[in-house]
Amino acid sequence: MEHHLVLNVVARILIPLIMLFALYVQFHGDYGPGGGFQAGVIFAASFILYGIIYGIERLRKVVHPSFIRSLAALGVLIYVSVGIAGVLNGGEFLNYNVLLEDPRTGQHIGIIFIELGVGMTVASTMILLFYAFARP
Amino acid sequence: MIVLYINVIILCLLVITAIAINQQDNLFATTMLTGIFSLLSASLFVCLDAVDVAFTEAAVGAGIALILFLGALSLIKYKEKIKNKISFLGFFIVILTGSLLIYGLQDIPAFASPENPVQTYLADRYIVASEKEIGIPNLVTSVLASYRGYDTLGEVTVIFTACIGVLMLLGRSRGDYKGIVSREKS
Repeated sequence: MEHHLVLNVVARILIPLIMLFALYVQFHGDYGPGGGFQAGVIFAASFILYGIIYGIERLRKVVHPSFIRSLAALGVLIYVSVGIAGVLNGGEFLNYNVLLEDPRTGQHIGIIFIELGVGMTVASTMILLFYAFARP
Repeated sequence: MIVLYINVIILCLLVITAIAINQQDNLFATTMLTGIFSLLSASLFVCLDAVDVAFTEAAVGAGIALILFLGALSLIKYKEKIKNKISFLGFFIVILTGSLLIYGLQDIPAFASPENPVQTYLADRYIVASEKEIGIPNLVTSVLASYRGYDTLGEVTVIFTACIGVLMLLGRSRGDYKGIVSREKS
């Protein structure tokens, strides 16, 4: 759909804004509505919009499927690593209190990292599903 | 009071959309109506003060799910095959299940009552202590990410597993799909 001038221009303006909003939702989830899951979906939406407008071939050049696949696994890995870090620091699995000296700062850090893991896995899963369903 | 009216209006619109989805035999229109249904549910969740759920519903139901449906639609025909035969067994099962559900409604506690079991068990503790223990204002995030972190780990693993499953069934690794297309054309 690249020859549609209006779609082309609007997508060019919208895609960075959608990404920015996704990052806001990701890292503002502690204070407002949102979190890793929603942010991941919104972040994936910007890539899917790119794929719809400029074609799946160009999207493959922007983000390679194998890169996205490893990102999906890395998200779960980050989540589990935060849990294991709690065990290594002498607490239970997924106990963030022991991550740092101050329990509340530890909770904050732990939540930010696991939300990052959730966001990565969700975003890459959505992009991979789009790759699987979209017709080249 | 005005929230109640808005709730009733949205619920009526939901029923209308559901009937429209049922009546429609054009799959493209059905997909779009499903998106409208999700958006209406999202607004209902906003009225119920469940902003996080509304956010998820709007992003997933009205956004991504719609795109995936459209992607699947591009692989099949747009028109639904019409079956004119009315199945009496199906009708009977629907009536039976519906009446059982309505019968079961009598045991459900009153809507939004503070005496509900779900409100009296742990909710108080989360509301009072989470700010002190976790130190972040959004209660939903502290419950999901910290108190119930293990459940969220399970959720992420489910998403990851679903992704692996879809890729095993549909995922074509790089270059492969070109072969499929050329075979289809020849």
